[in-house]
Amino acid sequence: MVNLYINSVRVSMEEGSTLLEAARFMGFPIPTLCHMEGLSPYGACRLCVVEIGEGTRAKLVSSCTYPVEEGLKVRTASERVMKARRMVIELLLASCPQSKQIQDLASSFGVRQQRFKQEHEDCILCGLCVRMCKEQMMAGAIGFQNRGEKRVINTPFNAKSEVCRLCGGCMYVCPACQLRCTYTQPDKAICGGCANLEPPCLEKEKFDDMMCYMSPCVACEIKKD
Amino acid sequence: MKKLKSIQEFKALQGKLIALQNSGIPTVVIPAGTCGQASGANDLIRIAKREMLKKNLLKKINLRITGCQGFCEMEPSVLVEPKGTFYPKVNAKDMARIIHAAAEGKVVEDLLSLDKETGRRVEKQDEIPFFKKQMRLIISRNEKVDPIRIFTYIENDGYSALAKALEKGDSAWVLNEVKSSGLRGRGGAGFPTGLKWEFLSKQPSDKGKYLACNADEGDPGAYMDRSVLEGNPHSIIEGMIIGAYATGAKDGVVYARNEYPLAVKHLIIALQQAREMGFLGENILGTSFSFDIMIVKGAGAFVCGEETALIKSIEGKTGEPRQRPPFPVQKGINNRPTAINNVETWVNIPYIINKGAAAFAKIGTNKNTGTKIFSLVGKAKNTGLVEVPMGASFRDIVYQIGGGSASKSKVKAVQTGGPSGGCIPEKMFDLTVDYDSLAKAGSIMGSGGMIVMDENTCMVDVAKYYMNFLKDESCGKCFTCRKGTQRMHEILDEVSKGKATPEKIDLLEELALAVKDTTMCGLGQTAPNPVLSTLKYFRDEYLEHINNKRCPAGVCKELITYSINDKCTGCGLCRQSCPKEAITGAKKKQHKLDTSKCIKCGVCRTICKFEAVEVK
Repeated sequence: MVNLYINSVRVSMEEGSTLLEAARFMGFPIPTLCHMEGLSPYGACRLCVVEIGEGTRAKLVSSCTYPVEEGLKVRTASERVMKARRMVIELLLASCPQSKQIQDLASSFGVRQQRFKQEHEDCILCGLCVRMCKEQMMAGAIGFQNRGEKRVINTPFNAKSEVCRLCGGCMYVCPACQLRCTYTQPDKAICGGCANLEPPCLEKEKFDDMMCYMSPCVACEIKKD
Repeated sequence: MKKLKSIQEFKALQGKLIALQNSGIPTVVIPAGTCGQASGANDLIRIAKREMLKKNLLKKINLRITGCQGFCEMEPSVLVEPKGTFYPKVNAKDMARIIHAAAEGKVVEDLLSLDKETGRRVEKQDEIPFFKKQMRLIISRNEKVDPIRIFTYIENDGYSALAKALEKGDSAWVLNEVKSSGLRGRGGAGFPTGLKWEFLSKQPSDKGKYLACNADEGDPGAYMDRSVLEGNPHSIIEGMIIGAYATGAKDGVVYARNEYPLAVKHLIIALQQAREMGFLGENILGTSFSFDIMIVKGAGAFVCGEETALIKSIEGKTGEPRQRPPFPVQKGINNRPTAINNVETWVNIPYIINKGAAAFAKIGTNKNTGTKIFSLVGKAKNTGLVEVPMGASFRDIVYQIGGGSASKSKVKAVQTGGPSGGCIPEKMFDLTVDYDSLAKAGSIMGSGGMIVMDENTCMVDVAKYYMNFLKDESCGKCFTCRKGTQRMHEILDEVSKGKATPEKIDLLEELALAVKDTTMCGLGQTAPNPVLSTLKYFRDEYLEHINNKRCPAGVCKELITYSINDKCTGCGLCRQSCPKEAITGAKKKQHKLDTSKCIKCGVCRTICKFEAVEVK
């Protein structure tokens, strides 16, 4: 067992567990987007940052990937953490304003404006779908492509994947797709986009001239821009 | 090549080679690294060889083709040993004269380097100001060694550090020497090398350990690792073998950029020769110690210079950094303990073992020992590779070695550490160059790029350039790094176009600090440095762009206008060269520039001999 302090409260955790698990175990809330139980931690969204260390050596680390260490002092909601977290949320809002999950986060952290140029990129590249596809559905049909600004999620060689079983797991876990594609009775939907069960981030072009039950349909709105 | 079966055999060979070397025949040295070849060294080599054959000079002079010797401004150059006569910028038609003079022990007076202050010709390399003020412990070996001939390395003390370490037979002694030398990692972060090795040597070795050489040099404007890889690959190999001996590693990996074809080629040849001679492989020099090195070629991602991303790339996975801990020294390549050091760090190892830790620790300052190679580029008069002891001041490097500004405008700042570094303004040039004081000033040592900027450089533009580089080169895993660099670039772009509001500066600073705090790897954590350091030291320039819609340096296209003043003699050069026919005027009369047609390409300003084209 490893002993550490979270917000000055002593906690004993099994070796190999993460700071996030320790904090949640103690009931300290830490927001996350790219973390999901059952999937390996990735540390992409940076929302779960916590402050560790002291004095000039204090630093922020992502709690979902940082392993517990003996005697470590963790602060989950210090001023530095909150400031950073708010900036992350502001950046998320600027890129993906329609996501309910991100809107909720903004609301609970009191982020009421975003000062950047508004974008409608939607995908925040949290990688949940990639890990879901690979680790839970054992398919590995999608992955990351390119780096930096050009990074996208796609199938290998941009071709229709042979291993994809259209399970829809990727859409189920997506924090940005959520609002768009949760329709549970596909036959009742008009556009059929949901019935296809392929994530709109991969198949945007397919239903160009279809009618849509959503008013306004976010996917279509974006395409218009 | 015969395999050496014992340390005695090696020593005998080395003694024989040294005796041969002291035959007293002058040697013509032609540096032909990538930089030399690009400026025409291959032609010089061809002429030299032809001339030697034609005039039957083979017994009178030797020819040695080496890597870059550092003075890139003066390439292609020729050096004649043993006197050290240095011919800069040699024209192909003069090469034959140099060969004949060298054969007769004479000097071609009119081809020597000209000292502009005194108006005299300087013969010897060591007396040229650029070389005189340096302390060339590492880079000076480049001119002694032919990188594809292992014997030239051996006759210059090569592999004797390895022999010394093996003869002692005590890995703890080697470790202790490196530790007490105070050598710090030359890759940028400055972690004590000895400490890193000690951690590695304490790791369980049941599955084997790795040593890696980080030769993924990607900073714009930095090329010191390339010159060492090209010019003296054996010194890296020797350093790694000694490292393996000290830490108990069995496998070595050199991660080199594929964009350095000559470096990779020389390294492959060097590794093969070292293996044939018995410096690598099983039972090195007849001892029970075994070690081998392989090369992995990087595909050109900047982020793969970060150690955890480098490990993934070596394993064949996507080059993305991961959370530390576990540190590479606990879990590295293929989950085995791994120590990664920079090219320059490895090169220092043979020197430390040969000369002793105490001698090494005397160089530089207390906590920053040894020398450091910088690539001095940009608007300095003398550009090239500069090796100085740690703790030299910027003023010495820029003015004494670099010769100050190359143009009429004054030096304004120096950018160190590549995209992760920051800008140091001229008023702070008394700052010493070492890991700690640079970090305090908001920059980093980095791998050693040093870009000199004069007053025609716009700091907003500089920050924008680096942000553009980083937004492409961020791996994209961390949201704040990927999006943060994009957003910083976006704001800087607005500023440079005069479209930003004063609040944007605050937002930029806030964002930069958040990116610094919330990203995982070294790339992201240092990515805001160009923005933060220029904001700290050159805030006025930002405000000038925003409030007065003016670019003081005359760089940002949207904010400047070109005009022709009364210095114009009407020569017509600008009129002819303007791609948009925006300049009109009669011969020998002052010309006029139509701003509505002008695309601000700057051709007229460059071509004008009378400084008649103004930028406002």
